[in-house]
Amino acid sequence: MSVRATAARRNLHRIIVSHGGVIALLFAAQFVIGAYYHLSLTRVMVLATFAVGYNILFGYTGLLSLGHALFFGAGLYGAGIAATQFGVGASGAFVVGIAAGLLLAFALGLIILRTAGVAFMIVTMMFAQAGYLLVLYFGTYTRGDEGFVLKGALREAHLFGFSLNLADPVTRYNLALFLLAACVVGCIALVRSPVGRVLVAIRENEERSRMLGYNTFRYKLFALTLSGTICATAGAAYALLFAYVGATFASIEYSILPLLWVLLGGIGTVLGPVVGTLLMFYLVDVASSYTSAYMLVVGIVLLILIVWAPGGLLGTLRERKIGWLP
Amino acid sequence: MGHSGKDRSVTKQAKVSRRTALQGLGAAGLAAAAQVAPGAVRYAQAQTSAPIKIGFQVHRTGIGAAYGRWYERTTNAAVKLINEAGGIGGRKIELIAEDDGTDPKRGAEVVEKFATQHKVDVVFGTLFSHVVIGSAPRAGELKMPYFVVSEGHHVASGKLNRYVFQPGITDVKSQVISMAPWIASNLGKKVTMIYPDFAFGHDHRNYFSEAIKKQGGEAIALIPIPPTERSFTRYFPKIPSSTEVLYHVMVGPAVLTFVKELGEHFGSKRPKIFGFIDSLEAVNLKSPGLDFLEGTYFWEGYPRYAQANQTDADKFYRSKVGVDDTGASLSDPKDIATYSHMFGCWETLYVIKQAIEASGYKSATLKDKTALIEATEAMKTFEEGKEHPQGKKIFNGKIHQSFGHQNISQVTGSKLKVVHRTSIEDGMYEAEGDYTKMSL
Repeated sequence: MSVRATAARRNLHRIIVSHGGVIALLFAAQFVIGAYYHLSLTRVMVLATFAVGYNILFGYTGLLSLGHALFFGAGLYGAGIAATQFGVGASGAFVVGIAAGLLLAFALGLIILRTAGVAFMIVTMMFAQAGYLLVLYFGTYTRGDEGFVLKGALREAHLFGFSLNLADPVTRYNLALFLLAACVVGCIALVRSPVGRVLVAIRENEERSRMLGYNTFRYKLFALTLSGTICATAGAAYALLFAYVGATFASIEYSILPLLWVLLGGIGTVLGPVVGTLLMFYLVDVASSYTSAYMLVVGIVLLILIVWAPGGLLGTLRERKIGWLP
Repeated sequence: MGHSGKDRSVTKQAKVSRRTALQGLGAAGLAAAAQVAPGAVRYAQAQTSAPIKIGFQVHRTGIGAAYGRWYERTTNAAVKLINEAGGIGGRKIELIAEDDGTDPKRGAEVVEKFATQHKVDVVFGTLFSHVVIGSAPRAGELKMPYFVVSEGHHVASGKLNRYVFQPGITDVKSQVISMAPWIASNLGKKVTMIYPDFAFGHDHRNYFSEAIKKQGGEAIALIPIPPTERSFTRYFPKIPSSTEVLYHVMVGPAVLTFVKELGEHFGSKRPKIFGFIDSLEAVNLKSPGLDFLEGTYFWEGYPRYAQANQTDADKFYRSKVGVDDTGASLSDPKDIATYSHMFGCWETLYVIKQAIEASGYKSATLKDKTALIEATEAMKTFEEGKEHPQGKKIFNGKIHQSFGHQNISQVTGSKLKVVHRTSIEDGMYEAEGDYTKMSL
């Protein structure tokens, strides 16, 4: 076996151990952490899934979107409306939410990927804003800014003969963990695959990738569709697990938040978005106990990070210490 | 609904997860330790005199901050007063405030924090509807009594859950429909409505259109304004010339521009104008550009300006909260109160007090919480007085909602003068649900 192959095997082993370790740690955490952190971590894991999806486009493909609330919202409303107005059960609603995000991301990708750089940022933001206004406009179905709740039979999911009580904190925690773990594993597989390497190549130099014979538009469309689908999956899960669907989750704030989570945790790292989401939650939670200017605290932390660790926590760690981190 | 809830509780009892097993073992260990611990007796005695913990979900930041500031002042004043008078059933109130950023996600997290970290007895005080609706499922699933002060129709609609109450303030449906008889009799029957194109505006559109029709009137034009709009001149030509009454409910920072541009459009020849004070809560009526409102009418939940027939209860309430006769802070005349809404915090705290005392509530057990919920649902009326300075309320336990008097005031000399006070019955409607049939 060549030295290169041995190093590759060693790195794969390290990746499996480190990422598997984080997932195992999250699984074990539910037995030791307090009730509040148990509930919070459930929400953090769903939002971290959103950030993992965002990172595929931003971190690995180099496309900075300011409109991913549209996909999160598509999943949220796709699942919520399917469940409450079309009598689809929780499991069916979850599938509808994912499908809504997939179709929207693909269709939108055909249009918005014709732009690049600042224009791409503006176009994504505009489409997301249009989505947000549509939610308000069709208030008869969405209840606009107020939103609506999921209750009664919709708090039960039926899957392969099993019945899951979505109001039960233990069930919810493990469903959120399963969702995050599946996305993390999928993301590792993607970034280590030839397709993932092409995405990174596009991020680094799209012209060169095109000259090498790759149809970069198709790869970017794939990245956007996958990213949008994962974000919609997180949105659908959020609706079903936390029983609330509201326009806030389709607002500009939820386009900026995944960007901040990824910047904080580590751009172009699989676990960075998870770390960033977790850190942001605790920053807000702890700082708000001391001051109403807690967003100022978050801002200062972000500024410090940009100055001292521009690649985010795990991104900088990868640059300086652990180069094998995917 | 109730049936499925019961099924779930049975399932929950039958299944013992690893987590609950560990918690159970831990609890058993602690209980055993407590039996032999020297502080056991002292702890048992302390329980009855331990404070009642009230979690205050407050909008300190975000779009609701102006309301939140006054909600907090009113709440602190009421808590101080209740504690000075001996607390609730002899137990002091310990108020624990958490900022929800006027955000439904953070709101849900705050409810979780109250229930599991602060271990409060009840949560109260939420105003903005999206935060209430985003938080309510968590309150219900955590079995946390949740007393909101929102004026939204969400509680009364029966769409939330049995743990959510709104006893201290009337809801928007009640407010809107009670306005229709007076408007039709005194201002006119052909009404054009201008409202924000989101849920709050849609509620006004739906309820008022229906209510004015019952009075023999008609909403002849409906003009929704998108929430992103900052200039309104292009909407005013849509107002039909046959309009007798212009009904507006614009809210948010653009309201001053709205009024200014409305004045420029109409000049001195204008229809009768009626609005909801929500537009101008925390805004000084003497602000530049608002002079156009002179002579127009407003709904007020609670008159901002002390009236000639001011009650002793209102005098008392104003002095305790720190509001002068013009609705401004005693310490800063530029700081205008959200007077038509914040009384809801004061009155809700007294309802909580009454419910806890009536139910014999001791601690945050399911049995005591059930008793508290049922005691609240059993309430019928809250008489006007120092505990309910805004006026008498009729409480409907089935829909967890209070009904009360509303006021119509005219802007006279840049002040609001009450010209009509509705009866409670003017704002009553058929119950749309029955929470008491839901399982606890």
